[in-house]
Amino acid sequence: MNLRRLQSFFIKEFRHILRDRRTLLILFGMPLAQVLLFGFVLSNEIKNADIAVLDQSKDTESIALTNKLVSSGYFRVARTLESARDLEPAFRSGKIKMAFVFPPGFGHQLAHEGNAPLQIIADASDPNTATTLMQYAQAIIQDFQLDRAGARTEGRAIIQVQTRMQYNPEQKAVFTFVPGVITLILMLVSAMMTSITIAREKELGTMEVLLVSPLQPLEIILGKTSPYLLLSLSSTVLVIFLSMAIFGMPIRGSLVLLAMECILYTFVALSLGIFISTRAKDQMTAMFMSALGLLMPTMLLSGFIFPRESMPWVLQVIGMAIPATWFNPIVKGVMIKGVGLEILWFETLVLVGMALFFMFLSLRNFKDKLE
Amino acid sequence: MNNDIISVRQLTKKFGAFKAVDNISFEVKRGEIFGFLGANGAGKTTALKMLIGLLTPTSGGATVAGYDVVRQPDRVKQRIGYMSQRFSLYEDLTIRENIRLYGGIYGLANTEIREKTTQMLEKLDLKAQADTLVGSLPLGWRQKLSFTVALLHDPGVVFLDEPTSGVDPLTRRQFWDLIYEAAHQGVTIMATTHYMDEAEYCDRVSIMVDGRIEVLDTPRNVKSQLGAQTMDEAFRILARPQTTTI
Repeated sequence: MNLRRLQSFFIKEFRHILRDRRTLLILFGMPLAQVLLFGFVLSNEIKNADIAVLDQSKDTESIALTNKLVSSGYFRVARTLESARDLEPAFRSGKIKMAFVFPPGFGHQLAHEGNAPLQIIADASDPNTATTLMQYAQAIIQDFQLDRAGARTEGRAIIQVQTRMQYNPEQKAVFTFVPGVITLILMLVSAMMTSITIAREKELGTMEVLLVSPLQPLEIILGKTSPYLLLSLSSTVLVIFLSMAIFGMPIRGSLVLLAMECILYTFVALSLGIFISTRAKDQMTAMFMSALGLLMPTMLLSGFIFPRESMPWVLQVIGMAIPATWFNPIVKGVMIKGVGLEILWFETLVLVGMALFFMFLSLRNFKDKLE
Repeated sequence: MNNDIISVRQLTKKFGAFKAVDNISFEVKRGEIFGFLGANGAGKTTALKMLIGLLTPTSGGATVAGYDVVRQPDRVKQRIGYMSQRFSLYEDLTIRENIRLYGGIYGLANTEIREKTTQMLEKLDLKAQADTLVGSLPLGWRQKLSFTVALLHDPGVVFLDEPTSGVDPLTRRQFWDLIYEAAHQGVTIMATTHYMDEAEYCDRVSIMVDGRIEVLDTPRNVKSQLGAQTMDEAFRILARPQTTTI
């Protein structure tokens, strides 16, 4: 190992990166776009959903409940229907997401019998929205019931449910997406970019000249990876800073631990990148191998977008081989829950194991010969 | 210390059942310009790559600059220069940056790199282009530059793999002037080529056919041995019986 050689190589690598606009765009433009997109566009919260009301009762109770629904801010009455026949066309037109059907004598029945039917119909062509809206509606109706029950029935036992969404009371979507974006970006920059840049040297033929030079394989690997280690970490800092500044994302745990975990995960990703480059002969192959082999699983199987619990067991098992599956809970744990190694030791240990394994594999496969 | 800077003994390389290089032996003297000729696929590049440590011999061996290419590759690497078939400089770096990079890789001090850079730019008349990206230079200039960079760390021997392919005749001539100049300063040159007129410029040539060295002598002796007027003719006479490719 010779620091002088390594330094020259490192400078060269930085020049390549700084001169390539595409690389810079991926490094800093993409994280920016992703945080903003996930933060502003992909929100689980729904406001002012359009509903239809078919009130066949039109008494104080049905009107009071309708008002309560609207005043919650989650719903807006887009249609007032007169007949059940109008329901289907209203849903078909796509103008409403949900319909509330009050039967005749709703208030009367509620007052005299203590219970009354209410039909809620949701447009389940978009199941996520339907489920969310249904939950909002049920919560509001329950609240309405409690008001009424408290006023009228004495001596009857009622369970008053109080809910609290721990760690993320406002249920901000950013809280789930930011850790995911960090996971994705570190993988993208570290693994994909390194594999492409090594494959590029092979493609251009400059790798031959490097191999004939006194540079040791380890020096080539370090010279290739360390610029990307630095850049992907600064990209992560950018993401965290943005999510804190714009979306109020907290870091409740130790910043040092978060940084160390990010570095550990980056090591895993870099070794994967080198491993891919030992297999890929040109940049195209390297890109496809990392996109299909690393990025897709990271997005789809790690629990970033789809919950792992709802996957078939085969996919859950495959997911366990993906570094992001272990890194994502670490980031969430440290940032949102504020927990430390006493909880996250196992995930960390898995990542350490993966880092050692892939580093061994990539060093063994990195050839200093052409064969 | 003997006068042979390269010494090849029964060097053989097999790819599966195919013998790319078949038991070749020869010596190259210090300061010599040695031409390694042969048709495409005759094995000259494979042989060259074993000498610079890019391929491991199947059997036999070689010493370059006094060191064994199999057992002491690191010592060999510090003492040789190499210019590959494909362009070996980085097109997205400037001339100055490329020189700096290779200077650093070969362990030259910064002051030394600066001195050499000035010398080289003056010699190649590229002073004005010092901070131009290499990718924007014409091919001929790039080849000359890449040869000079291969000499940056004062190697005892320089390996050139088809250094002039795709270059116009005038630039080729200028390129050979650079080679002569280096040889005068005591650098041994080993070049593969398939341009037969270039073979005339060499002190000695070897012609490879199907992995074996068929002749090895001065261009004059090779021609008289085979009763040929030109190297081109000599080459055809040798190549014809075994293969139809030229």
